[in-house]
Amino acid sequence: MMNKELAMNSIDTVTIDYQTYLSAAEIAAIEHEVSIMETRDAAGIEALKVVQAHRGWISDDSLFAISDLLAMPIAQLEGVATFYNLIYRQPVGQYVIHVCDSIACHLMGYEAVLIAIKQHLAIDYGQTTADGKFTLLSNACLGCCDKAPAMMVGTEHYQNLTPASAVAVLAQLAAKGEADDCS
Amino acid sequence: MTVAKFNTVITPLTQWVNLQQPLDFTAYCQVGGYQAAKIALTEYQAHEVLEIVKNSGLKGRGGAGFPTGMKWSFVPMYAPEDKNAPDNKYLIANADEMEPGTFKDRLLLEGAPHQLVEAMIIAAYTIGANKAYIFLRGEYHLAAKRLQQAIDEAYQHQWLGDNIQGSQFSLNLYLHCSAGRYICGEETALINALEGKRANPRAKPPFPQVSGLFGKPTIVNNVETLCNLPHILKNGIDWFQGLAPNSDAGTKIYGACGRVKKPGLWELPMGVTLREVLYQHAGGMQAGLAFRGLLPGGASTDFLVAEHLDTPMDYDSIAKVGSRLGTGGLIVLDDKNCPVAMVLNLMRFFAQESCGYCTPCRDGTPWAVEVLARIEQGQGRIQDLDTLSKLCDFMWIGKTHCALAPGAVEPLRSALKYFHDDFLQHIEHGCCHYNPSAIAKRRQVAQSSVQAVTTSSNMTGSANE
Ligand SMILES: Cc1cc2nc3c(=O)[nH]c(=O)nc-3n(C[C@H](O)[C@H](O)[C@H](O)COP(=O)(O)O)c2cc1C
Ligand code: SF4
Ligand code: FES
Repeated sequence: MMNKELAMNSIDTVTIDYQTYLSAAEIAAIEHEVSIMETRDAAGIEALKVVQAHRGWISDDSLFAISDLLAMPIAQLEGVATFYNLIYRQPVGQYVIHVCDSIACHLMGYEAVLIAIKQHLAIDYGQTTADGKFTLLSNACLGCCDKAPAMMVGTEHYQNLTPASAVAVLAQLAAKGEADDCS
Repeated sequence: MTVAKFNTVITPLTQWVNLQQPLDFTAYCQVGGYQAAKIALTEYQAHEVLEIVKNSGLKGRGGAGFPTGMKWSFVPMYAPEDKNAPDNKYLIANADEMEPGTFKDRLLLEGAPHQLVEAMIIAAYTIGANKAYIFLRGEYHLAAKRLQQAIDEAYQHQWLGDNIQGSQFSLNLYLHCSAGRYICGEETALINALEGKRANPRAKPPFPQVSGLFGKPTIVNNVETLCNLPHILKNGIDWFQGLAPNSDAGTKIYGACGRVKKPGLWELPMGVTLREVLYQHAGGMQAGLAFRGLLPGGASTDFLVAEHLDTPMDYDSIAKVGSRLGTGGLIVLDDKNCPVAMVLNLMRFFAQESCGYCTPCRDGTPWAVEVLARIEQGQGRIQDLDTLSKLCDFMWIGKTHCALAPGAVEPLRSALKYFHDDFLQHIEHGCCHYNPSAIAKRRQVAQSSVQAVTTSSNMTGSANE
């Protein structure tokens, strides 16, 4: 199971060597996770997170490569990958916005915040802005219920949001992203 | 035995919580940290600690309120040389906190990470586990960082690893960060998740205490439950029971969210009244709003209303008035928020988070969403109320594989009881009275249909057909 042939429309044939697909850093991080579990496949979810941290999302190729490395069936790994909200099986933008849509945020009027974000970015749930900066997703309760409405962008939590403050956060991030691009 | 007789601490769990900068190892030791673990390891046999925990009356803070000592007593214990002994037992701290309206464990995780590490040493020693995991929800990034720091420090100072502090006891503690799925908080689903499987709950029996993680005896405890242990060991049973006015022991971290003046968290004696939490601590409703009802312990508990406000918030008292203490986090409904929309939001959450393993829940929760959405949008029919009641029955305890679906039923069935008039109004008037634009739209539609009737010679059917 070292090489898999992906036949596409019977014309292009892509051969990927899954033994060299993952970087040394990715493999090292995954092997560390394996070392604290009893079985290799138990590190599946951690491995997905490691690869996602390096590549932004989990492609089919990443999935094959991880399943090879952990010697686990691809179906089991895909079952795990699709089970979780925070594993992205499609490409996402530089910043993934998770707007909490659970009950405290509902009672505090998160809908207005959501509308403002959608208008500001001109995208709907599940979409990525044309410049690849932002992807918009929902999230169940972020555990900020006393400071609702809340959203998470990347690893940061933003609380007590208003439509204006949410848009300001995104504008700031967009500017920061541009500064990073220039450097 | 060094048990302090006169301890005046009344907020043991949160006394060292510092959200800006949690105590590091040295600072934690300076305030008496790791003393309880030392007492456990040096002064007691495992079965003696178990007796103390049993007698303390500590109950699980994860939602069900199961007595912790009793739960632990189901774990098989073996003599050191027993050939039948499993090669491992496990302790897991359930830090998956994803129940909407619940944010108490976050305070303990971010504010006092060493307290949990110390608590887990005591718990693992008692049940004879040499490996432990903290199962943390994926969204708690700050907690992850701080917990890992605390764990690393504990290893450096020989509070984790082989032969802790020169004793016979060894423990390895690891942090596992999940990736966002509510069902992972259910203890058997959590175990599947840790094994790298899809996190569907398991059938019980066998119970995890006997056959859990990798088939080995396993205890899963909530973070807040565990954090009580160092204090019980240090200050004794009498002190712990003296903290609470009623039959339940200890303190509880209560919370409040929704449109109250001061949403937040408070560590209070177990069994303070709902009224005290709502009015004294949360400051009552925001200006211009009136109280309608509340869920006393997170999204999967039954609504309580004004007549219940003098109920003590302990397990038995809340159960007597038809709800559950759950996680102790109040979700407060005001008179400007629509109860139907509230239940719809809750049911959407449960439908989305249903793991899909069993039919009543997989099909029942989206069905309830569909019916509730219809009612909320003013398209409901009177039979829909029967459908909802039937769904509550189909998804009730004993008919589903785990407790998620019955939890989903609780706010719905109680809303049907306490906010029946709101449901009826939505159906009879064909709109939501809490939503001004919907009322305006409804008027427009009504006016245009009057015009349609008067300008047309055809008889048009009723709008509700
Ligand atoms: C759907 C579902 C989600 C749950 N989520 C959590 C959770 O996030 N944290 C938790 O401590 N318990 C949760 N529980 C309860 C656990 O199954 C288990 O009872 C608890 O962790 C036991 O700990 P305790 O005895 O200390 O209360 C959940 C239960 C269900 C059915
Ligand atoms: S009740 Fe729901 S969450 Fe629980 S096993 Fe059945 S489908 Fe899964
Ligand atoms: S409901 Fe939004 S943070 Fe809890």
